[in-house]
Parts: sequence; C-alpha cells; structure tokens
Amino acid sequence: MDALRFIGKRLLLMIPILIGISILTFAISNTIPGDPARLILGPKATPEGLEALREDMGLNDPLYVQYGNYMAGIFQGDLGKSTYSQRPVVEDLLRYSPATFELTMFAMFITLVVGIPFGVISASRKDRIADQFTRVFALIGVAMPAFWLGLLLLLFFYLKLGVLPGSGRLDGGMSPPEYITGMYTIDALLTGNWPVLYAAVMHMILPGITLAAVTVGMITRMTRSSMLTVLQSDYIRTAFAKGAPENRVLYGHALRNGIMPVITLLGMAFGHALGGSVLVEAVFSWPGLGQYAVNAINYLDFPAVMGVTLLIAVMFIIVNLIVDTLYFFIDPRLKHN
Amino acid sequence: MALLEVSNLKQHFTTKKGFLGEKTIVKAVDGVSITIEEGKTLGVVGESGCGKSSLGRSILRLVEPTEGSIKFEGEEIVGMSAKRLKELRKEMQIVFQDPYASLNPRRTVRQILEAPLIIHGVGDKRERKELIENLSGKIGLRKEQLSNYPHEFSGGQRQRIGIARALALNPKLIIADEPVSALDVSVQSQVLNLMLELQQEMNLSYMFISHDLSVVQHISDKVAVMYLGKVVEIADVGKVYDTPMHPYTQALLSALPVPDPTRIRSRIILQGDLPSPSNPPSGCTFHTRCPMATKECAEIVPPLEEKAPGHFAACIHV
Amino acid sequence: MVRRVTSSPLTMLGLFIVVIILIAALFAPAIATHSPTEVDLVSKLEAPSAEHYFGTDEVGRDIFSRIIYGTRISLRIGLLVVLIAFPIGTILGAIAGYAGGRIDQVIMRITDVFLSFPGIILAMSIAAALGPSIENVMLALAATWWPWYTRIVRSSVMSIKHSEFIEASRALGANPFRILFKEVIPNSIAPATIQASLDLGFVILSAAGLSFIGLGAQPPSPEWGAMLANSREILREAWWAATFPGLAILFTVLGFNLLGDGLNDVMDPKQR
Repeated sequence: MDALRFIGKRLLLMIPILIGISILTFAISNTIPGDPARLILGPKATPEGLEALREDMGLNDPLYVQYGNYMAGIFQGDLGKSTYSQRPVVEDLLRYSPATFELTMFAMFITLVVGIPFGVISASRKDRIADQFTRVFALIGVAMPAFWLGLLLLLFFYLKLGVLPGSGRLDGGMSPPEYITGMYTIDALLTGNWPVLYAAVMHMILPGITLAAVTVGMITRMTRSSMLTVLQSDYIRTAFAKGAPENRVLYGHALRNGIMPVITLLGMAFGHALGGSVLVEAVFSWPGLGQYAVNAINYLDFPAVMGVTLLIAVMFIIVNLIVDTLYFFIDPRLKHN
Repeated sequence: MALLEVSNLKQHFTTKKGFLGEKTIVKAVDGVSITIEEGKTLGVVGESGCGKSSLGRSILRLVEPTEGSIKFEGEEIVGMSAKRLKELRKEMQIVFQDPYASLNPRRTVRQILEAPLIIHGVGDKRERKELIENLSGKIGLRKEQLSNYPHEFSGGQRQRIGIARALALNPKLIIADEPVSALDVSVQSQVLNLMLELQQEMNLSYMFISHDLSVVQHISDKVAVMYLGKVVEIADVGKVYDTPMHPYTQALLSALPVPDPTRIRSRIILQGDLPSPSNPPSGCTFHTRCPMATKECAEIVPPLEEKAPGHFAACIHV
Repeated sequence: MVRRVTSSPLTMLGLFIVVIILIAALFAPAIATHSPTEVDLVSKLEAPSAEHYFGTDEVGRDIFSRIIYGTRISLRIGLLVVLIAFPIGTILGAIAGYAGGRIDQVIMRITDVFLSFPGIILAMSIAAALGPSIENVMLALAATWWPWYTRIVRSSVMSIKHSEFIEASRALGANPFRILFKEVIPNSIAPATIQASLDLGFVILSAAGLSFIGLGAQPPSPEWGAMLANSREILREAWWAATFPGLAILFTVLGFNLLGDGLNDVMDPKQR
C-alpha cells in the first residue's frame, strides 16, 4: 500500500514535468529561423501560396493556440510528418526505438556487470595496484569521447582483425526475426532462431562496449567511493574481525549498503547512455533513434528531430521513475517512513 | 514616553510536514508586552527555545510579527511601509550571538563597517572613511586592522566588530541577542564593559537577551523572564533577583552560585524537559514542571499581574 | 591549499595537461608545422612521419597542425559556454535559494524540466533548430548547462541563508539585490566554481560530439569532432586521421577532470 502511494505520488509529480517538457520542445520548434512554410514550398512559392499554407498550418494563430494544437496532436499520437522519410514521425519512432532500447539496455547490462565488481575490488584493495588500475580506467572511461572509442574499435576489430561485424544489427542478407518486441535478441530467443540470435549479439558487442565505456566509468567510481565509506563502518570491521570470508563480507554485507548511491546514479547513467546512443549509432550505422535523428538533422527534417527528443525525454523520465521505485523497495528506511 | 513599547506581540510559525502537509503552529512568542526606557537596559532571560530570540527578531521585523503592536518613539512599526522601516533601521540595530557567523567571511572589516553607511547613503567616500576610523577607535581596533578579514580576529574582537557595525548609524536601541555567550568568560566581561561604556557615551538603550542570569543581572535595569513564548515575571533587576515571585524564576535563580555563604538557597530542580512549543501544556504552560502546581494550574491561564508595586508575575499562587 | 593541490600527483597531471593545452592554443602559429587548412594533394593520406607528426588527411592537410589550431576552437567553446551558463545558473540558483517559496518552486521546476532531457539530446535539438554552426552549438550547450549550476548554488545558498551575517545585513536595511550579490553569492559560489572547471572538459566533449554529427563546426574547420566525422570516410586507409583528434579530446577532458577533482578534494577532504 505504501509502495502504491509512493508510486502514485511520483506519478503526480511527473505531470508538471511533462507539461514543462512539452512547452520546452514547443518553444524549440518555434525557434527555427525562417518561415516553415517557405521551407516546405521552396524558393519559387507565390505569396498567396505561402499565406494559404501558413493559414493551413496554423502559423498565423496566436502562440497559445499553436501550443494547444501541438498538445492535441501529441495526445492523438501525431508528431507531424517526417519530411525525409515521408512517413508520420510516430510511425518512424515506433520503427526505430526498439533498436535503441535494445542497445541501451545491453550497454546498461555491461555497465552493471563490469562497473559494480570493479568498484568493489577497487575499494577493497584501496591504493593497491588493482585499485590504481581501476581508477585510471574509470577516469579515462568518463573522459572518453564515446564516438571516438567506437571508431577505434571499428578500426581494430572490424577493419584490422575482422572478428566482429562493424555495422547494422544483422549480417547482410539475414532477415530479422519475427516481430514481437522489435528487439532482435529477444525476438530471436523467443522464436528459437539461433543463427539470428548469434548474429544479433555479435553486432551488439562493439556498439554496446562503446556506449558502456562512459557509464562503466561513472558506476565504477560511485561504487568505489560508496564502498570505501561502508568498509570503514564498524559493522563491516566486526564482520572481518569475526573472520567471515572476505567475499561474503564484501558482496554480502557491504555491497548491500554500498549499492544505494549507485542505484540513484543508475537513472542518470541510463540517460547518459540514451544520449550517447545518438553518436554511437551514427558510428556503427545502428538503425535506431540516434541514427534516425542524425539523418533527420542532415536533411533538416525538424519534426523528426523533435519527435526523437520528446521520446527520449519521456523514456528518461520513466526510467528515473523505475529507479526511484527500485530504491524505495531496496532501502528499508524509506519503506517505513 | 518609553522608547520602545511592545504590546501583546505574537510570533507564530507554521511548519509544513510531509507531502500533503500537516501544518503545525509553533507559538514562539505568544502575547508579550514589554517596554524599554531611553538609556536603560531590559534583560530578557529564559532557557533556549523560550522565544526570547524570536522576540528580538520580531521587534526588528526581521521576521514579520503575527499579531500585536510595536511602538518605537510612539510610532507603530507593525505594518509600517518598507521605506519608513528602512529609515527606522538606523535607530534600531542588532548584535548577534555568534561572532563567527555574524560577519561575512569574504569582506574586510572596513567593508563590513562601511556597509551600513553605504546602505543609508551616509556621507561621501572620504567622510565614510573618517567615520569608520572613528568607530574602530571606539572598539579598540587599529586603523591597519581594518583591511583584515574576520577570520584574522579573535572571538572577542569579532564581537566588538559586530557591535561597531550596529553602532555605525548612531542607533538609539540595540537588541543584543546573547552577545557574550559564545565568548570565553574573561572576554565576556571586556565586551560587557565596552557595552556599558558605549551606553553611557551614546545614551543607548539595550534589550539584552541571554540565558545567563549573572550576566543579565550585571547589565540590566529591568528583567523579563520568559517561558514558552510568554513573559512570566518582569520587574526591576533588584526585585527579580532578591524577591523572585514566579516559581520558574525561583527555580532558575536557585541554580545560581550564591556569593554569600551564610545565605543558603536550596536548589530547586525542575522536573522533565522543556515542552515542545508546538504543543504547549494547557493552562499555565509551566505547570508540568512546577513544584507548586495544583489542579487549577492545568486549567487557568494565569495573567501577568502586578503582584507588588512595579513587580509583575503570571502565577495564580502568588 | 596550494600544498594540498601540489601533493596530489593526479591533480598535478591535470594541471600539467591544462597548461599544455593553454600553451598550444596561445602559440598555435608557432607550434604548428603547417597551415591547418591548406590543401596539399601531393601529400594526401600520408602516415605519421618526421614531416607530418600525425600524418595527413585525404586532401593532404597536416593533422598535427590542425589539432594544435583545434585547441583554440575547443577552449573557446568550453570557456564561452561556461561563461554564459555559469552566471545565469548562479543567479537563478541564488534567487531560488534565498527567496524560497513560490519563486523557488518555479525556478526549480524549470530546472527539473531541463534536466529531464539527457543533456546531449536537448542540445542537439536546440542546435538543430538554430541551424548548424559552432555559435549555435555554444548557445545550445549553454542552454542545457545552466540548471546544474542553479541546483548547486541553490543548495549552498540554503545552507547559509539563515546565517547571522545575512540577517545583520537585513537588519541594516540592505535591499535584497545588495544582499544577494554582496552577501549570499560570494559565500555560496565555491562548489559551483569547481563544477565549472570540471565542466570545461565536458562541454568540449559535448561540442565535439555535436560537431561529429554535423551540427557544430563545419569543414574545413579544424575542430576535433568535425575532424573525427571526416575521418570516418578514410578509416580504412588512414587510422591516424581517426586516432589523434580523439586523443586530443580525451586528454583535454581528462586534464580538466583531474584538475576539477583535485580542487574538489581540497575543498572537501572527506570525499576521497
């Protein structure tokens, strides 16, 4: 019951944020220099034609009416038409988002599997070689331009060694698995399509590592500093003094408390990965939202850019809501308060 | 006419707790009436949390009073326009408890002392310089020290700087909120003596807020004892200290060391803790800890009455 | 304080890197061996050598010289973005923290909205709306960066706003404007300043990313992100074209991070 109240409260707090987001994106859409009608009709348009289109597009209405129309559109699932693909933006977003979501989740998986143990090891071997190595690794990870790391990985593993594929989600000529979630690995797994599963995983390795580099650095550093605090606490010293096995103390007792600040950072890390996907997808020709956005930018396809922005912001908010809820369930103090 | 006349002043704070906000009202000051005469000192004593600091801040309108009247030289301060209030601030100043927190660490002493003059547009640059140097002489600071930062001074020196800032505009009334309680005992007397000298020299009135009964006795002409936002006893200093009427005052005084060993005062130990001001006891708020409490005390709110000439107390048993 | 900085080797490394970048930017014409933009088709796609330290690109431009000149662009971006975002964020944060109530609510809800976008995405859409150019990227980044300073400054203002020296100023009759700028802000700005030094690196990184997807610096500008975008076409033939500009970004970001972290440790010795 408490949990429901907590989630309800969080959902309520989301409403002003969502309204704010819609106002901000609307404002951005309105800053496009020049006349959208002229942009569509081109230089040869007649004044009458321009005026007619402006009227038709509602550009002559006062701003608040335009915002109202914009909101009404969003609620009807209408984000305009992509001038590049000539399809409704919503359709494109639905088509491209599973690829981005799959890649981001994969990167987050790498982040957790690598970042947390590295942080724990680093903290438990403070100032020793393993710690120094991890800290330098994490520092470089955080400072790394992901798109550059992608280029280097591409150069080495794809062009030089040829051991991993370098672009797309599947090998050339392979047809995607039956559409269930749109995430190839999951769909292939569900339908038992092993060759496609293998190809999909192989294709995700390089972009996944690239995307995870920064977030691994973030999570490693946070885990380390949080674990350092916990390891100095009396109850951990007592556990060690009793002679409990090191790994059980570290991963059993200490991590349970040390993980809390890491969880709060997860939402932010996810947002970082979502943002980074724009650049990384461009490097690996990964047909997701990022690639779509970059193409849209190059074709001055503004509705598409705004569609991606809006969708990613909403995904980010939902993830933060999930993280908060997770935190609520893990931290017993919150539950009883 | 008294310099300051406060009647039935109330200072209530509302605090909101939680998301939906269950409001609680804290009655920090609950119907206080006091007067301060020109050139005199009113001491205000009480335990921490009794509302004596809120009273001071409320009089200066650093927090907006909830109800009541504050008259300075006959002029009503509550509800006064911002413009007039700013002018009046020249007349009433405050000295704070913590000399480490009351001076901006990033400004030199010169800047700190010049601020009041700049704010009120006093003099030009050269005149201000003269005024500041004159002022710093009064508190025993050398000219060269003016360009130092607060952290380069001792606690006593800092407190004197705080006093100098309060005096910069030649005020008539200084509200001193525990001005010496953060200082070492040896330094305390220096600062107290400085305050007494300045009072003589500038004909100042003080409202001296403190929990320290001996300090208050030393400096005050009149003393008000506060308990949970109310004045429970008020009279000239001699009367309060020699013939305390309210059981609370008696308890406080019984804890004082007695200089005369032949006079034995038995110490009265108060029961329990200070009740929360957000949920004060019924009737006489002191009845939960009072050694003389009877059944009626929980029901009747005792008015502050003149029990002896010039000696007011709020207790039905006196 | 100086001793604490110099005693940490990592902080010193950061300082060293930042100084090198500053020198490269200031004395670019003296350090560069070639023109950063001159096309020399005879020596195109040359591997690193004594003549071309970092090799040449597909039209024979010297990559080393381009990177050296690129420090100017990147530093300018970093500094200008922080110089726009920092005062805006600081003032709003100080107002929010000091005023409290409605004003605080409104300002903080606005920052929440900005922070509910992953930074690069918001910057991308603003830059896309304004049109591709380096100036627009700077505006876009400044527009996404200020809320961080607002948050930091607000929380430090909250911690000092009940200080007696501020109450003293009010008792003297100082107006809110004076209190804000003379009392509140000078005493609550330090943590945000440290964040700003860290951010210099991250701003440069983000700007390079936006240039990489075609929003920022346009060719033939020797901006590092744009150089990397360009290198994709010749990845197979010229590994050096992709390697060195990225290294330059990495080192710059690392330098500012190490320096900022070091300053942070000095300010807050508990966090280590």
